[in-house]
Amino acid sequence: MRPPASLTLLCLLIALAGAALIALTMGAAGIPLARLPAALGLWGDAGPTLARDQLVLWSIRIPRIAAAAMVGALLAASGAIMQGLFRNPLADPALVGVSSGGALAAAAAIVFTDSQIGQSFRFMQHQLLPIAAFAGSLVTTIVLYSIASRSGRTSIAIFLLAGIAIAAIANAGIGLLVFIADDRQLRDITFWMLGSLSGATWPKLATLAPVLALALIACVSIARGLDVLVLGEAEAFHSGVDVERLKRISIVLVSAMTGVAVSVCGVVGFIGIVVPHLLRLVIGPAHRLLLPASMLLGAVLLVGADTLARTIVAPAEMPIGILTAAIGAPFFLGMLLRQRGLVSL
Amino acid sequence: MTLCRTLLLSVATCGFVLGGAAIAAGITVHDARNRDVTISDPARIVSIGGAITEILYALGFEDRLAGVDTTSLYPPAALRDKPNVGYMRQLSAEGVLGLNPSLVLAVQGSGPKETMDVLEAAKVPLVLVPETFSEQGLLDKIKLVGHAMGADKRAECLTAVVTDDLAQLRELRAKVTRPVRVMFVMSLLNGRAMAAGKNTAANEIIALAGAVNAIDGYDGYKIINDEAIIAAKPEVVLSIQRGKDSVDAETLYVHPAFALTPVAANKTFIAMEGLYLLGFGPRTAAAARDLSIKLYPGLAPQAEKFKPAAVTANCRL
Repeated sequence: MRPPASLTLLCLLIALAGAALIALTMGAAGIPLARLPAALGLWGDAGPTLARDQLVLWSIRIPRIAAAAMVGALLAASGAIMQGLFRNPLADPALVGVSSGGALAAAAAIVFTDSQIGQSFRFMQHQLLPIAAFAGSLVTTIVLYSIASRSGRTSIAIFLLAGIAIAAIANAGIGLLVFIADDRQLRDITFWMLGSLSGATWPKLATLAPVLALALIACVSIARGLDVLVLGEAEAFHSGVDVERLKRISIVLVSAMTGVAVSVCGVVGFIGIVVPHLLRLVIGPAHRLLLPASMLLGAVLLVGADTLARTIVAPAEMPIGILTAAIGAPFFLGMLLRQRGLVSL
Repeated sequence: MTLCRTLLLSVATCGFVLGGAAIAAGITVHDARNRDVTISDPARIVSIGGAITEILYALGFEDRLAGVDTTSLYPPAALRDKPNVGYMRQLSAEGVLGLNPSLVLAVQGSGPKETMDVLEAAKVPLVLVPETFSEQGLLDKIKLVGHAMGADKRAECLTAVVTDDLAQLRELRAKVTRPVRVMFVMSLLNGRAMAAGKNTAANEIIALAGAVNAIDGYDGYKIINDEAIIAAKPEVVLSIQRGKDSVDAETLYVHPAFALTPVAANKTFIAMEGLYLLGFGPRTAAAARDLSIKLYPGLAPQAEKFKPAAVTANCRL
């Protein structure tokens, strides 16, 4: 007995609104619900703390919650697309080195902005990191794709293996950078490798939003193809799906979504695995509903996780990657064991 | 604080508030990010970095401090009386902006970068104070903080005192006949020593005390291998007290590499308070003097004559 699609999406939307509202009232600077409408300029009595509340809300919390929601949506949807593509519920962008490639480029940017060569890039200091991460993810994907595709055909097995190899190379590169970095750079790198949304600002939202919009449109166009692909490539081809084109679009889409997410908040794992899997249990495997629902649930989960990250060790912060890994990794292992039939959950 | 001083201070503060209208037009400061920051009203300040807090207290601005970071260990009143925004390299934007500051004064190297980005995007002036470990860098730091607070006069008073201290220190240094080779060891973990190279506060304070850094092969702090320790031939090891992984004498003297250096033979291990030794605040000349007394006991009589004035100077009005 599966709930109708409209009900599912409506419930998820309500959950997202609820999560955002809770997130708005929680944080180190504590703005209780009673003061929220006034601080947002809606209604109510503006107390003496108005200026401070507005400062905290508009320069920190609102961009941060929006970034968490968008990044969560991107990560969950790219996980869902990749799982459909590999016909394997364990596939994840982090698995094929796309995240690692982005992280390597970002770490390189951190270390080299202080060097002699880096001095000439001073003028674009703030854009350098996201651009580098995005470029790193994209280059990784292009390299992967050229390794995996021969005469217009893409071998998924080679793609996966090459991805694991590339992830290892990227990690070696990051290791080398960690070795040559100084104390301050080292902190920046680790902070970044563990993922955090604390750098969310309005300009960064402006880079997230168009990618998210594009992803939504693309998701609609590939949903049917991914559904048919479950039967196998040959069967999909015979039912009139341009399989190669579907693969190309999916791969580029996944790398763009992951790249932009990594560029804003570093490496946040397991959202891409946990969210689609949970949803398949409830609403079934049809991508037309699974992809938008993944986006919504990913947004809800990451907004929730980020609220925790901001508040449990206030006034300091916990990197969100630690939280998602601590919850996601056991979940992933459980799925693995279930696949192996070792335990019956 | 005596009643008389309190009275004096409150009168002065009133005077300052009344005369404050003159500076309300805004002060422009050129900071470490190489840009001009305009400050309209330095009334609520979050100070990040021990030396900055120390300078603000020395200039008599403690009443305007809305918050400090955990490295603000001097004067002790700072962390006792003011909200704490956490460690200077692990700041949270909400922790800082939640104090509703009208100015954030942060020493260069505060972070993480993400937090600094958010602070910069907020409508609160953020001044990143340059951190160059040198006598001139120290004076510039005082001038910049004073200027940002609209108190150039007080800053001039303090720089004059510090300049005088540094000049006396120079005279003391000139009496050193044979400079000692000092290695600054930040931490000694699992037998691996992390030592200070060039371009560090440790390197500069060693030079100010009339000694030489035993390490000149690299910049910053690095884990140094055992053979390099022996090759560097340190005669003294300097470290900070009660650090997180602070060095203790017993471990140092039995360390396989240090055991082969004069350090172990002569038991020459010196530990000093971290902010005092490395902070490059107003008390730097005093810290260098204390270090040189430890390094050159023979200089003690001359060193006793040199009483650093910055510790007791009154540049508050």
